[in-house]
Amino acid sequence: MPRRMTRRARPRATAEAPQETVPVRVKINGVEYSHNVEPRLLLVNYIRDVVGLTGTHVGCDTTHCGACTVLVKGLRGDSWVAVKSCTLLTTQVDGKEVLTIEGLAKNGELHPLQKAFWENHGLQCGFCTPGMIMSALGLLLRNPNPSREEIKWGITGNLCRCTGYINIVKSIEAAAKEMREKGITI
Amino acid sequence: MYPRKFSYVAPNRVEEVLTLLRKYRDEAKLLAGGHSLLPMMKLRIIGPRLVIDLKNLRDRLAYIRDGARVVRIGALTTHADIELSRTLMRDIPLLPETARWIGDMQVRNMGTVGGSLAHSDPAGDWPVAMLALDASVTIQGARKRTIPLSRFLKGPFTTALKPTEILTEIVVPKPPKGHGWSWKKFERRAGDFATVNVAAIVVPDGRGRVKNVSIAIGSVNPTPYRAVNAERILRGKRPDAGLLDKAAEMAAEKAQPSSDLRGSAEYKKWLTRVMVRRALEEALSRAGITLEMTQHA
Ligand SMILES: Cc1cc2nc3c(=O)[nH]c(=O)nc-3n(C[C@H](O)[C@H](O)[C@H](O)COP(=O)(O)OP(=O)(O)OC[C@H]3O[C@@H](n4cnc5c(N)ncnc54)[C@H](O)[C@@H]3O)c2cc1C
Ligand code: FES
Ligand code: FES
Repeated sequence: MPRRMTRRARPRATAEAPQETVPVRVKINGVEYSHNVEPRLLLVNYIRDVVGLTGTHVGCDTTHCGACTVLVKGLRGDSWVAVKSCTLLTTQVDGKEVLTIEGLAKNGELHPLQKAFWENHGLQCGFCTPGMIMSALGLLLRNPNPSREEIKWGITGNLCRCTGYINIVKSIEAAAKEMREKGITI
Repeated sequence: MYPRKFSYVAPNRVEEVLTLLRKYRDEAKLLAGGHSLLPMMKLRIIGPRLVIDLKNLRDRLAYIRDGARVVRIGALTTHADIELSRTLMRDIPLLPETARWIGDMQVRNMGTVGGSLAHSDPAGDWPVAMLALDASVTIQGARKRTIPLSRFLKGPFTTALKPTEILTEIVVPKPPKGHGWSWKKFERRAGDFATVNVAAIVVPDGRGRVKNVSIAIGSVNPTPYRAVNAERILRGKRPDAGLLDKAAEMAAEKAQPSSDLRGSAEYKKWLTRVMVRRALEEALSRAGITLEMTQHA
């Protein structure tokens, strides 16, 4: 359950004995969370195991498959960027905003990317899909009208073992069109 | 996979970082983008006791500053910052192109140019591109020093950085307007580290000849190197196909690759030659230099 923000002390460096926990405050899908976490807690484990949002998947745990991709705001200026949450410490996003697959649908209506994946057969088993969609969103926020080649380039960090990618690229193309026409971003 | 336990701190000032480094030396590790450090910590190849996150220094150390003769790039500038920089696309297009080929979009959003150089992976892309451009690096410790990159890169995962120092800036001289350039990274699959990576810069003399040329090669030696012999035979010439072959052959001579998953030593040595040849052709053509036609009569 989301907990109310609490005031917290600045983390102190005490390398003599490893710190047990550090306080973090993160906004995920618009909800503020604050917890005391081990410094080594990876963002993906924070999202899944502490906050309980299991839509973000762990595939390889070695920065290759992209299943764990989420968007973070506040890393590069004020824009949302796609990152692999298995390769970030939770503390790296302290004070920042995170968007996961659960945050895309609005008022019971799917985001154009989710709809397009459904309509264009952009998924089979669905394991890669949350990461694939978050990468696609990261790409479209930067480049709302990408060519097929640019779409392929944008998802090189996401592996799919089922679809053969063709329908994924089609889905992203269709979603990009709808997002442009309706002026939808996130 | 969890890293070993460590303490974590994210200072707001470079001076604080230096104080901590002086106190904890080898037991502390700086965290920039974390895309080399965290994988190593997760695999427990390393286990620092203190992680010093540089994220709060981005305001001070992530920038691309356009000067008259040089572009200054802050150490915390991400690969994506460079990939998308208009200044660099205009003045030093080799750099955004190098960035574009690093890992994947997500990796480029996190990884930094300073982290890459400090990490000094023999197959890393920034060391190669920056070497071709004669870049220097600025290091801050008890005092500040700026040294050429060629003296900074000491060996695989080894640099001139002392445990008490931090890399703050990369100074890149602008090649003259109208220069030709090429980035040839051969990767086994999209997003992989290079099997061979080659950067070339060609400065034309305005009369169809090569005024100056630099060729840097990575992944086939403990550290990237400049193919000085090949550069020498090209200077002052309008090359023909034969001279390019010769230059590519000379450039590959110094390569001592090892056999691994990405191929045998013999294959990589041959590949080096091929990639240098292609890089030269592309850089020459972008510099507006057409090859001398050799007579076959
Ligand atoms: C899946 C994947 C694919 C990749 N593909 C490529 C590729 O194709 N080409 C390529 O070149 N790289 C590739 N990389 C590596 C990536 O570019 C890293 O981001 C980069 O090598 C390190 O930068 P970083 O900012 O992440 O550094 P970190 O991981 O934070 O740090 C790396 C090392 O440098 C030290 N350090 C960092 N910043 C400084 C500083 N300012 N001063 C002193 N020391 C410092 C750290 O203490 C650490 O020892 C890949 C990585 C991954 C995970
Ligand atoms: S789990 Fe595969 S990239 Fe993070
Ligand atoms: S749909 Fe099964 S891995 Fe992509």
